Amino acid sequence: MSAPQTDGPRASAAPRQDVQALARDAQAPTADTDLVIDARHLSRSFGSLQAVRDVSLDVRRGEIYGVLGANGAGKSTTLRMLCGLLDPSSGSATVVGYDVAKHPEEVKARIGYMTQRFSLYEDLTVTENLRFYAGIYGVPRRTRRARVDGVIERIGLGDRRKQLAGTLSGGWKQRLALACSTIHEPPLLFLDEPTAGVDPLSRRSFWDQIHRIASEGTTVVVTTHYMDEAERCHRLSFIFRGAVLEAGTPQEVVARRHLRVVELDVPHGARGAADALRDDPRVEEVAPFGSRLRVAVRDRDPGEVARHVLDPLGVAYENCGEQRTTVEDAFVALVHEDERAHTRSQEPAP
Amino acid sequence: MNRMLAIADKELRQVSRDRMTLAMMVVLPVMQLLLFGYAINNDVRHMPTLVLDDDRSAASRDFVRSMEVTGYYDVVGHARSYGEVERAFRAGSAKVAVVFARGFAEDLLSGRGATLQVIVDGSDPQTVASATNTASGLAAERGASLSLRPVVPPMRVEPTIWYNPELRTSIFVVPGIIGVILTMTMVMFTSMAIARERERGTLEALIVSPVRSVELMVGKLLPYVAVGYVQITLILIAGHLVFDVPFRGSLPLLYAMSFVFIAANLALGLVFSTLAKTQQQAMQMSFFFLLPNILLSGFAFPWEGMPRPAQWLSEVLPLTHYLRIVRGITLKGSELTDVVRELGWMSVILVFFVTLASLRFQKKLG
Repeated sequence: MSAPQTDGPRASAAPRQDVQALARDAQAPTADTDLVIDARHLSRSFGSLQAVRDVSLDVRRGEIYGVLGANGAGKSTTLRMLCGLLDPSSGSATVVGYDVAKHPEEVKARIGYMTQRFSLYEDLTVTENLRFYAGIYGVPRRTRRARVDGVIERIGLGDRRKQLAGTLSGGWKQRLALACSTIHEPPLLFLDEPTAGVDPLSRRSFWDQIHRIASEGTTVVVTTHYMDEAERCHRLSFIFRGAVLEAGTPQEVVARRHLRVVELDVPHGARGAADALRDDPRVEEVAPFGSRLRVAVRDRDPGEVARHVLDPLGVAYENCGEQRTTVEDAFVALVHEDERAHTRSQEPAP
Repeated sequence: MNRMLAIADKELRQVSRDRMTLAMMVVLPVMQLLLFGYAINNDVRHMPTLVLDDDRSAASRDFVRSMEVTGYYDVVGHARSYGEVERAFRAGSAKVAVVFARGFAEDLLSGRGATLQVIVDGSDPQTVASATNTASGLAAERGASLSLRPVVPPMRVEPTIWYNPELRTSIFVVPGIIGVILTMTMVMFTSMAIARERERGTLEALIVSPVRSVELMVGKLLPYVAVGYVQITLILIAGHLVFDVPFRGSLPLLYAMSFVFIAANLALGLVFSTLAKTQQQAMQMSFFFLLPNILLSGFAFPWEGMPRPAQWLSEVLPLTHYLRIVRGITLKGSELTDVVRELGWMSVILVFFVTLASLRFQKKLG
């Protein structure tokens, strides 16, 4: 994804702007606005497996907060604790002003939650699904019909209102599920892997919708394992093996890693070149894209490092120039740091 | 309240769209009614019968003919020896053999008293009673008309059978089917309905919603109460049309009693749903529960004939009590005062199941 360099107008004024720019420009609400989520030292074990270890999060009103991590890292478990679906083994969380452990029902009435599997009734129609969720979230009967009709029109399902949800495509299901989880206009919305298994085009338009929802004042917490989506959040947390490795704005997270990235075009022997680069301690990460190698180096000129490594081997390559460092680069570097720390702590003392 | 209705409305729409459930709701009761109504019949007719006639008299031939007329015996052949009878029994080609010894007619006419032997294949006890009882009755009747001096027995029993004088098994079986069908479908529907939500991931969305456990439980069960009443009505109508089963009591009373029974089964289904992770498991548990119900409740086998421990066990099954109620009301015209004891037991079971269900049915994951 390319990053526009210009500073766009304010986010609220330009809902159709490139959302990436939007995420960066709409300066996340400042400290004077109160916290919608204040989670302290949450842990949760399932038997001997510790799924979440000492996770603390603070989410401010109106921001889009990303919880990033690989599958099984503990993202969903964290979200479920914040929703009152799971009791934490230890730690506490205040969500929309209520302690989740003490007043889960107060929290539940004020949040929307979209699960990984969309939670749609496949044997109900589009309208029936929306009407049902409006019903269980206590949208008054008088306004229910108008609200449902309005939502259907807005998400563009007007001519499919009588279609069974099970027969919708993945992208439409996702839209409908989002509409169902926001039918009661909650101040806080949780999205658990909302874009898993959805085509790239739908993913893109889905993030447009998330930004629209946020611009209307709803705080959004979203989990994802797609690193490109992380760039579209105001702030984020990296979760790895159940613990938070890093948190902040995407820019902060990237900047803290002090990475510089170069792309090399290696027409012949790209694999050997990649291995050689990986073996060099200065190189943080090598990612092959066809004959291209993306090389990340910490605090040095990556072109220089590449030259030092590859020239003695006689590998012919072309330097395609330095690239913007992405959240994905930062995440990979973070995981490597963590693994190195892990191995060091496990090595027996000499 | 609104939230509960939203759930009930949704559930009803799903039921009406699910062909499998609809089929089970309507076809199953009617199918079971026909199967059980025709198949369970302790009154065994058309038993294949062999004749071993060493007398070869008009009297013996006459008796065989009168046996055939009753419809209980179908003469399939003549045997010349006991050996042939044994072979036929072993091959299963005959179940009954009638043996006339030489001198049968003479003894009969002389008034000395004649004896004929009826051999029955006892490996199936049901046939024994039919075969011997009918033959004895026939002998007494024919003997009286054939012998010259009718014998007056010193003591006689005059059996008087109330409620079902023709002893039609279907009259006994059909009301029981109501209970069996309800036990089967109510437990299965609820346990599967919730297991389905668990399987498809929608339960998570329900749990994270502000819906209270009670609203969720009642909202989900309410439509199935209606389904239960449809089934009761269907079986009563079909039973009356096909098997001519009478309805002697009060219909409102039966419907009121049925509510307690339906509710108890639904609550049990809810308990199962908290144990089952998939619809398949829910279904297996329901069938596992159904078996003792059919065997112990008195539906298929007389409760009075069961050993004590089996009787005690049967008392914890709601079906045992409901069967007594439904048979009482339909066949004997029982009133509330007659069935209040059974109602009491059923209510105790209901409260137990509901408590268990609400303890287990928590709005939490993991």
